Amino acid sequence: MTLMALLGDYTLQNVALGALFLGLISGVLGSFAVLRKQSLLGDTLSHAALPGICLGFIVTGARHMGSLLLGALFTGTLAALLVMALTRYSRLKTDAALGIVLSTFFALGVVLLSYIQGTGNAAQGGLDAFLFGQAAATLRSDLWVMAAITAIALILVGLCWKEFKLVCFDPGFASTQGLPVLLLETVLTVMIALAVVVGLQMVGVVLMAAMIIAPAVAARQWSRRLEVMVPLAAVFGMVAGLSGALASTLGRGLATGPLIIIVVSLLVMASLLFAPGRGLVWSWLLRVRQRRELHHQHVLTTLHRLASRHDDHAFYAEQGLLEGVHGTAVRPALKVLAQRGMVTLSTQASRQPRYWQLTLEGQQEAERILMAVEQGGASS
Amino acid sequence: MMAWLDDPGTVIVLVGALVGMASTLVGTFLVLRGTSMLADAISHSIVFGIIVVWLVAHVQSGPLQIFGAALTGILTVFLTQALIHSKRVKQDAAIGLVFPLLFSIGVLLLNLYAGNVHIDTHTVLLGEIGFVWLDTVTLGGVDVPQALLAMGGMTLINALFVGLFFKELKLATFDEALARALGFAPGLLFYGLLFLTSGTAVAAFDAVGAVLFVAFVIVIPASAYLLTDSVMRMLGYGMVMSIAASVAGYALAVRWDVSIGGMMAVMTGIFLLLAFLIGPRHGVVAQVLVRRGQRGLNETRTLAVHLYNHEDSHAQQEENVVKALREHLHWSDGRARQVILRGLDQGYITQVGQMLNLTATGRALAMELLNAHERGR
Repeated sequence: MTLMALLGDYTLQNVALGALFLGLISGVLGSFAVLRKQSLLGDTLSHAALPGICLGFIVTGARHMGSLLLGALFTGTLAALLVMALTRYSRLKTDAALGIVLSTFFALGVVLLSYIQGTGNAAQGGLDAFLFGQAAATLRSDLWVMAAITAIALILVGLCWKEFKLVCFDPGFASTQGLPVLLLETVLTVMIALAVVVGLQMVGVVLMAAMIIAPAVAARQWSRRLEVMVPLAAVFGMVAGLSGALASTLGRGLATGPLIIIVVSLLVMASLLFAPGRGLVWSWLLRVRQRRELHHQHVLTTLHRLASRHDDHAFYAEQGLLEGVHGTAVRPALKVLAQRGMVTLSTQASRQPRYWQLTLEGQQEAERILMAVEQGGASS
Repeated sequence: MMAWLDDPGTVIVLVGALVGMASTLVGTFLVLRGTSMLADAISHSIVFGIIVVWLVAHVQSGPLQIFGAALTGILTVFLTQALIHSKRVKQDAAIGLVFPLLFSIGVLLLNLYAGNVHIDTHTVLLGEIGFVWLDTVTLGGVDVPQALLAMGGMTLINALFVGLFFKELKLATFDEALARALGFAPGLLFYGLLFLTSGTAVAAFDAVGAVLFVAFVIVIPASAYLLTDSVMRMLGYGMVMSIAASVAGYALAVRWDVSIGGMMAVMTGIFLLLAFLIGPRHGVVAQVLVRRGQRGLNETRTLAVHLYNHEDSHAQQEENVVKALREHLHWSDGRARQVILRGLDQGYITQVGQMLNLTATGRALAMELLNAHERGR
């Protein structure tokens, strides 16, 4: 199939658009959740959507996207409130409250699901596709619902950008400024339920947690500014959603949800390793470079000490002697120092073993290092 | 002799109760440590372990399978800790990054090799406790359900672990720094606990699946935690609740013809709700009552001190009357009447017409408060 034919495919268009919406909304809203250390709330809310989907179906008796999602939003919000109530009015910690609400709401969903299957309503077919998502079954009408929810969430974020930002980073200061912190936090939480609702069709209730967390964590590695992080998270989310959804059309038995999650996890890994500044690879390289630099300084000061002990600033130190002090790693160090013009090899180059001498520049540098060490300051 | 083993209902209830008991033994310490969500992560990622063990060794049950698949649980915890340690990711986000990936890979592998494995993605999440009695092994000439054997074994191992290291676990849970200082290696103990949690999750997997397991491992201990302060009693209550959830869940599920495992997990949720609302001391109702009782006591004290202050003074006639309470203590008529009635009931005051007089006990109450106040200066 050519690229054009692929783009023209009706199902594929739907899947791609749905994945884009999902990536957009979960990236944006997930950023706030991760910054507020509420990552796992997404996990709880997505599991809690299952009974809502079933309720929506039971009430309307049809597999209509709007009513199912309304149900999911309802139980999701209820779950969020219950988590708040449990942590506030009982001695349970947040993690226990999250786990409790997650598992009991999901259990309720399982019970309702089995009830629906028992009623033999023909329209219920594929209701348990919401467990893992079923991107290929996305209809144009579903897309309208998803688009509307995404638009609402984005407009809200746009309108309350400054307020949300403040609540994320300094809720105490926000409340002294007269902002309704509790209301804003509730809105942010309910909006996570919105993101979950959009993701149900694409990745299902179980894996939605990662869709909330992963794009935001990946984006966080690249920037410390919210203005950059949020759009970047949206892009990561969309890339993961699109590539995962497209990959799932390649073969039978390739569920969309898991594929999207694997792609987004790869993005997280890449970001953790290679993001400029924060990337683990860069900090590892930096550490290696610093260690090497420190070694060079050691060699330099050793030469300087030898020279001053012998009262001869042109003292020739035998390489074997230096190796005795610093190990054989002294060879590459001396080579680098020679390149920098800090040391010179004995003029009689043929002489074996080799002898090294500090240059004037090297002498000054060594004195500078020793001075800095003496003063207790960090030398660079 | 073993006729009960042939009755599906009995086996199902027994397996359900054992899942609850084995989970309670480890879950109690997870909840107390504040690491409940690790149980959620573990129960998801063992799906990966189960499928890998099957692909490598072609076993779907037994000690080898439990041990092998449980290693993925430890892998999850290890990777999560490594992420936290890198200081690039916060704890909660780290948990939520690792297990979805392992779970996703597990589900994909399951899909790709679906024809060869007895579990489908549906079972992964929900389990099939209704069919556990079908899968039996012959033991000493008797057909014993596989799940019963696995869960019984895990319950025993967990009980042994908790029994042997009870003091150490308690110490490591409540004062990790002290435990480390005393040389008890709380980290190692913690990993042992999580390994057993993983093993229990694997053993319970066929019966209740990945997500419902979380209800048994977190919700039951959490409910017990709302009822008592003693770890020993928490474990005891947990056992009782496990059995009750299994029996009631099974009965209701059969009655309404719904998912048995789901209904058992819903029952744990109902226990939690009850403990949350009407539990002694920590329950919402109990707290409201305590607060109301304290407010009542404060009002009685205020009244006593007010009367005492003006006793035998020339203002007594206008201060120590019912009417004055509204103006001087800013009490509404209804509230004043209530406080007076309570004071009369409890024998702190007597009423003669409109005049209120302190009794000896009432005077003692006021003096006790005033003296405490004086001492406080």
